[in-house]
Parts: sequence; C-alpha cells; structure tokens
Amino acid sequence: MVTPESAGWEPSVAQAIIDEYKSKPGALLPILHALQDRFDWIPDGVIPMIAQALQVTRAEVHGVVSFYHHFRTHEPGRHVVEVCRAEACQARGARALEAHAKASLGVDYHQTTADNNITLEPVYCLGNCACGPSVRVGDEIHANVDAAEFDALVDALRTERVEVLG
Amino acid sequence: MSIRIYVPSDTTARALGADRIAAALPKLAAEQGVELEIRRNGTRGLYWLEPLLEVETESGRYGFGPVKLRDLDSLLAAKFWLGEGVEHPLALGLVEEIPYLKKQQRLTFARLGITDPLSLDDYQAHNGFKGLRNALALSGQAIVDAVKESGLRGRGGAAFPTGIKWQTVADAPAAQKYIVCNADEGDSGTFADRLVMECDPFMLIEGMTIAGLAVGATQGYIYCRSEYPLAVKNLNAAIETAVANQLLGEDILGSGRSFQLEVRMGAGAYICGEETSLLESLEGKRGLVRAKPPLPALVGLFGQPTVVNNVLSLAAVPFILDQGAQAYADCGMGRSRGTLPFQLAGNVKQGGLVELAFGPSLRELMFDFGGGTFNRRPLRAVQVGGPLGAYLPESQWDTPLDYEEFAKVGAVLGHGGVVMFDDSVDMSEQARFSMEFCVAESCGKCTPCRIGSTRGVEVIDRIRAGQNVDNNLALLADLCDTMLVGSLCAMGGMTPIPVQSAVKHFAEDFRTNAVEEA
Repeated sequence: MVTPESAGWEPSVAQAIIDEYKSKPGALLPILHALQDRFDWIPDGVIPMIAQALQVTRAEVHGVVSFYHHFRTHEPGRHVVEVCRAEACQARGARALEAHAKASLGVDYHQTTADNNITLEPVYCLGNCACGPSVRVGDEIHANVDAAEFDALVDALRTERVEVLG
Repeated sequence: MSIRIYVPSDTTARALGADRIAAALPKLAAEQGVELEIRRNGTRGLYWLEPLLEVETESGRYGFGPVKLRDLDSLLAAKFWLGEGVEHPLALGLVEEIPYLKKQQRLTFARLGITDPLSLDDYQAHNGFKGLRNALALSGQAIVDAVKESGLRGRGGAAFPTGIKWQTVADAPAAQKYIVCNADEGDSGTFADRLVMECDPFMLIEGMTIAGLAVGATQGYIYCRSEYPLAVKNLNAAIETAVANQLLGEDILGSGRSFQLEVRMGAGAYICGEETSLLESLEGKRGLVRAKPPLPALVGLFGQPTVVNNVLSLAAVPFILDQGAQAYADCGMGRSRGTLPFQLAGNVKQGGLVELAFGPSLRELMFDFGGGTFNRRPLRAVQVGGPLGAYLPESQWDTPLDYEEFAKVGAVLGHGGVVMFDDSVDMSEQARFSMEFCVAESCGKCTPCRIGSTRGVEVIDRIRAGQNVDNNLALLADLCDTMLVGSLCAMGGMTPIPVQSAVKHFAEDFRTNAVEEA
C-alpha cells in the first residue's frame, strides 16, 4: 500500500521550484501552484522556505495557503475526484450524485478512501453547465455523470492503480 | 483526395467523448479505404449536439451529432463524408442552417467552432488582428472614443461603461499601467469566458493588446480560474504563437509599441472574481476585498492605474475596432448596446451558447432556443446571472433581456448565465444553498457577509424544519437587508437576491413543514 514516490517531498526540488518563480511580481500563487503540481499538496515544510525567499512572514504564507480551496495541506489519495455542487449541476441531479458519491466511497468531502485511492472534493462549477452533473478527475472533465457512470469511473481509477503497480 | 472532418475540442465536447472519436474515426475509415483528415475546431456551442462532427464540402460544412463511438460504423456505412444528402439519423444538414445557430447574432463569437483555436492562419483568415492593425494607426484617445461610442458595458455583470473605465486609466499619469483580464468565471451556468479562451484565444490577446494601446499599458495579466486547465493551456500556446509572429510582445508589427501578456491561475476562490480581490490575489495575497474608493482604475494592481475587464468585454473590442463602433452599437435596445452571449444551462433540452443582441425575452431564449427542459417536466424557476442572481418565476419570463429591464424586476443579467430548474426543485433548499455558498466563499473581511451567511443558513434550516416559521421569515428578511446594505462587495451584498426572490416568488416552499399555530 505504501507508494514511495508520493510518500514524501524533496526539499531540494521545492527550493528549485521556489527559486524559479520567486522574482515574478506577485510570485506566491505561481510558486504554490508549481509546488502542488509537483507534490500533489503543500507540505508544511515548504512554508518557511517560501517565506524566506519572498521576505514575508510564515504567517502570511500560511494565510494564503489556507485561503484558497485549491491548495491542499494534506497528502491526497492517488486520485482526486471533484464533484460539482453548483446550481446548474443541481438542476440536473448533482445532489443525488453527491449523496451517492459519499455513500459509495464511504467518505465525506475532503476525505480519502481507506484504500488511499480516491480523495473526494467539492467544486463550484467546472464550466460544463449544459451537460451536468459534472465530475473532474485530474484535468479530465466528465459530463452527464449519474450514479452508474460515477461507479464505472471510480472502478476504472481503482483498476488503473493495479495496472500501474502490476 | 482526403476529406476534412472537424471534431470539436472544447472541454464539454471532450467530456462527451470527442477525443475518443477523433482517435477512432480515421482508423475505422482507413480500414474501409477512406482517408479522412481530422481537424480539431473549438465548438459551435450547440451542446446538445456534441460531439458534433462536421464534414467540409464545397457547399459548406455538414453536421452529424450527437455522435457516440458506437455510431461511427453506421456513419461510415452511410458514407457520411459525402456531407450533402447523406441519410443517417444523426445527419443535421448544413451546420450554419441549424436554426439555433442561424437565429443568433454572433459578433464576438463569429469564429466559434469554425476555426482551429490555435491556428493563427485560421484566425487571420476570419478577420483576426484587423482590429489591432486599425488600432495601431490610431491615437490612444481615438481607441477609447471608439469603445465609448460602441456603448460596450462591462460584461462581467456590473455593466459599467467600458470606455469610461478606459478613459479614467488613460488620464491617470503613471509610469506603469496594467490591463487585467478577469477570467475567474466562477458563476454556475456560465461558460462563455471559457469558450473564448479555449476556442478563440487570439481574440482575447488582441482585445487586451488594443486596451494596452488605448490607455498606455505595457503589461497585461489574464487571471484564469484553476478549474479551467484547457483554457490556461490554449491561452499560453496562443500567446507563444502571437509573440513569435510579432503580434504581441516587443515592437508589435513594427510599430515600436509593446505589450507583454501573462496568464496567472486562480486557486478555487469564487471571491477572486470580484475585481479588488482578484488584484490582491494577483499580488500574491489572500483574496480579501479592498474598499472602494480608490478605484482600481486609479490605484489598481501593485498600486498602479489598472483596467480590470471581464473576458467578454475585452473579447468584444477587436470587432469594434475592426467593423466600427457603430456596427456594434446598432445592435441592442435602450442603454444595452451590442450583444450578450447568453449561456443556457441546467435542466435545458438544448443547452449552449446563444449570442443575441439585447432585447428578446427570457422566455424566447429558454423555449425558442432552449426547447424547454431536458427531462420534459414543467419548468418552474430560472436563475439568471449566476449564484448571486435572482430566481425568476413564470410571471417574469417575459422580461426583455436588457440590463435595465431586469433591474426593474429585482433581477440581474450578470454574465448571461441562465440556469433552468424543473418543478421538482425545492426553492427553500436553493435559498439555503445560496447562503451556504456565501459561507464557503466569503473572503471574511466584512461581518454582514462572513457572519450573516452562517446565520442565514441556520435561519433557513429552522424555517425548513417548520419552527416558528413566520418569525423566522421576518428574521431572514431583516438579515438579508443587513447583508444587502452593509456588505463591502457584491458577494455579501447580492447573496440576498436569490434568497429573497425565492421567498417572494416561491413562498409555499418555505411552509412545507410549517405548523398552523393557534
């Protein structure tokens, strides 16, 4: 169950990312995006490194990380599944879908399944509003997702993991 | 001779399987000895027909849709690549003759779905960069005047005259000014900004460059939400191409003028669609709303004069500079000039992008274009203008699509998103969601918004549970009033709009569990 590649983060890699972006005007968000793209989350340990590079306090960096929903302060499961909760998807059955997602995965939002495969997150609009309910996995958006479709999607993600390890 | 087939590539078409079709189709055709050249266009924005394949012929482009993988065999058997006269259940005839498309006035979205989004040749073959070429020959003031004369108003929702905003920035003395594009399209039911960025990114680049020339700004930022990965990708690719072709960057088209452009990503905060919050975020801070004044036009990004415009406002500019201010102003009604790209979403049979001159009624939009609900149940409520917009009952569906006419009935047009709900909707649940959304998305700076929204959820929960309904409804009205007048920005100030409209027009939904008190 342990996946060594994602178990930690390397300070030297983080420092290289920070150095790459630190001289941009308003560099903090670009730095945080680059770090999360690389590590899948924002580990606590990078906060003093960013504060040092940008000459701001740790509290300021922490404040920004915690303000934005997109930035995660805990390591996610192998796949992050985002379910759209917004009105246009509600009008097409998103409330039933989110109830099904939580029940079938046995988790609430911001939690990860016991097998560490799926982290469930809410999202407010993916811009796919004419063909909801919408679900995002990685950079892929899925349209017209009902309970059966959701199960198939999750099954595929779990199978994918077996293939990767196999 | 190979036959050219267009397969759409925007997020929705992909979500409906367009990539799988684009990969499978040429292989299947080759097995039958037919050579098909696949090109990826954006999308026509006719989403109920996606994935919509188009066959290029001498007499025009013939459409087939919505195509699923399992349809490919029968399409090939019917020789769909001949286009004209093909008999197949998915045959749609000439795409441009489809009434949904033909009845629109596509000024901003003239190229939508016709071109390959990243092809500079396609863009220039369809009037691209003509506006910029004209602008380079004009003084900054002449450009500002053209935008004023066009009557263009901010398409993000506030509808402030764009030309006046530009004039303020142009008149502000400063060594550095900025153009900031608000591409944080967070309103549910809207996707027009996404369509610009994914399907016609050069148009936004051109519009921003013209804005830079007009006000004397040399740096632009596009603040795009992180929920739109494909938009970010296409914008970056288009910027690279534009710079390589001297249409952006240093010495634009040999004019000696320069304009740099960079895409920045948001991070999932709805409030960053509010312009001052967006500026804070661009500066690398928490997205806390700033008090106004000072206006961002005078003290904006990094304290400098800044134009902050929505994607659609900036995207309208190339047309105005190409075809003339009058051509734009000739469309519309009253003080709402030009067109608004409406977006039909939610429980709608024919969802998609409908760009229309202001003036037709909401009912025409929802029924003549939208075709009513997707599941054939009666339509009951419509939320126009995003999560901060009013829910309109049937008695208001004849309201003309016009900023002032909507304001008269206590509603907003906003960014043109139209979300339709059938008769199974529980409006007290929708009102609760509006407050809940404000709890999740408030920046926390002012009390009415931060605390008021939490109290709002609690009060609505008590009403829904049937506790002391009359008194709690009075309390809710009072709370809404406090948020409306006491909040620092539109987040807290407009959250009461959907709530109050639900209470006013769908009162019965708030009394489901009410106990008659003796």
